[in-house]
Amino acid sequence: MIASNSRPPWLERPTVAGRALKLAVLAVVTLAVVYPFATVVATSLASDQDVLDSGGLVLIPRHPNLAAYSTILQGGVITHAVLVSVGVTLVGTLLSLATTVAMAYGLSRRGVVGSRPILLIALFTLMFTPGIIPNYLLVKQLGLLNNYASLILPVLLNAFNLVVLRGFFQGIPQDLIDSARMDGAGDVRILTTIVLPLSKAVLAVIALFYAVSYWNAFFNALLYLNDSGKWPLQLVLRLYVLQGAPLPGTVALSPDMAPPPTQSVQMAVVVIALVPILLVYPFLQRYFTRGVLTGAIKG
Amino acid sequence: MKRVPSVRAAPARSLESAAPPAAGGAAAAGAWRRRSLLALLRRDRVMLLLILPGLVYFVLFHYVPLLGYVVAFEDYVPFIGFVDSTFVGLDNFQHMLADSQFWQALVNTLEITLLQLVFYFPAPIALALLLSSVISSGVRRFVQSVVYLPHFISWVVIVALFQQMLGGAGVLNHLLRELGQQPIDIMTAPSLFKPLVTAQVIWKDCGWGTIIFLAALLNIDASLYEASAVDGAGRWQRLWHVTLPGIMPITILLLILRLGEALTVNFQQIILQRDAVGAGAGEVLDTFVYFHGIIGGDWGVSAAVGLVKGIVAALLVISANRIAHAFGQEGLYQ
Repeated sequence: MIASNSRPPWLERPTVAGRALKLAVLAVVTLAVVYPFATVVATSLASDQDVLDSGGLVLIPRHPNLAAYSTILQGGVITHAVLVSVGVTLVGTLLSLATTVAMAYGLSRRGVVGSRPILLIALFTLMFTPGIIPNYLLVKQLGLLNNYASLILPVLLNAFNLVVLRGFFQGIPQDLIDSARMDGAGDVRILTTIVLPLSKAVLAVIALFYAVSYWNAFFNALLYLNDSGKWPLQLVLRLYVLQGAPLPGTVALSPDMAPPPTQSVQMAVVVIALVPILLVYPFLQRYFTRGVLTGAIKG
Repeated sequence: MKRVPSVRAAPARSLESAAPPAAGGAAAAGAWRRRSLLALLRRDRVMLLLILPGLVYFVLFHYVPLLGYVVAFEDYVPFIGFVDSTFVGLDNFQHMLADSQFWQALVNTLEITLLQLVFYFPAPIALALLLSSVISSGVRRFVQSVVYLPHFISWVVIVALFQQMLGGAGVLNHLLRELGQQPIDIMTAPSLFKPLVTAQVIWKDCGWGTIIFLAALLNIDASLYEASAVDGAGRWQRLWHVTLPGIMPITILLLILRLGEALTVNFQQIILQRDAVGAGAGEVLDTFVYFHGIIGGDWGVSAAVGLVKGIVAALLVISANRIAHAFGQEGLYQ
């Protein structure tokens, strides 16, 4: 029923009212998702007058400008937080991807000594989390408090991603691997020349999943980074938007230049936190519709 | 990294389970096994080295921290460390049971779970049914790509968006004021906190949840629909007799797994908003542990709460999987 794009002969034509209702529901659902994003972007571009006229939130700014963005990027606090988030996301994703690939590959081959119990050790972590207090004590004991490594190492690997990738590796035809071995290729060489090139799509999805979760994370930073000067963007966003602390730079820089409205500045910070997600989303979306992930989960 | 096949000292991996030599006593067999384990480790050394970093991670960050729960039995003073802190037996657990804030957090957690079961759980099923009944694949794709999006948005941004929509200075109150009505700040009203967090979860993850139900709907044999239509079954009869039985197994599985997580509500979401409504309405078990332990320094009691919660949650998940198996489902693990 879903796969076809035309009406099967046995399916009766829906009534006009039924179709209208269905479309109306879908339109409301879609709007409910799109509207908040649209108004946030619009407000971030709005001028003082727009914000005043609309009583706070703007849907179509009549005098669009980038004052809010230049304000926060001058302020330094946001710029620094963006750099922290970008750095943690890049380094974290690379480390996570490398360790996940290595472990999934090691566990994908039948008969590697100890692989069964090791897989169970990893899988079991899906069922329980140690909890906040022991995690905190461990990170403290390792001397990682106030260190950016505390944002990466405790969440380095995800057992779910590991299982998906291992399942995908196991689906690669054994003949390919056997013939490479005949040609004298070792395990690492088989990984880099045969397995990885065949897994580009699933690797992209897993890398994006890791990247999105590093970018979005805030709690580990709240827990482990005492120095708010080290905070990533999400925590800074929490401070200035959710808790309403005044952003440095939103006070007038000079008497003849009015600062951009606070609301625009707050929304500009939200937009900056959103942009990377919106940029990678089409790629994520493409792979879901291809069923890369669901196929791998079932396998 | 070039290796010639003949260099492989140990038997091929497929022969790994070959029986030990029949001759010789127990001692000889033991020696053979030891040598063979060494040989196997040698044979698989590259693969084991690849596995090692991941294994170290899982052990260090998922198993070693469990030792930290020793503070649940101590009067833990961070300055002294948990080796030298005084052992107090089950005192912390007694304090926990006598603490009305703990019971409040437990009740709040269960209430939120219940609200989510009733309102969030069926939402993706309804949306998937609606989407699957849309004939035009263009419309379907478009709606799908829009509704998946919030799943990837951080909780901080989502709470900010809700604040802009429903908060004191938000769109809703702007409208209410225009209409001459009394404004209401949904974000800070304690009585509305639980419905609010449920609505946020629906907004964020309803679309994402449809993926799995859409896949299940896709797997229903189309000839069943055709046959029942030929037999005169109407739209609703087909829904009742073909569609719903078709997605029943996955629905039961997901429901059982959700029940297994009854004590776990979205911690990141709630910690962002607890302060706006106060602990009475907004405290759940995980935030109790955070605010009493990390912030308040009451390490022993909050570790006790974390430990009890962890054990009960693990038991719930394990029994949920047992039940799922009994229903003939695969569950989370085999």
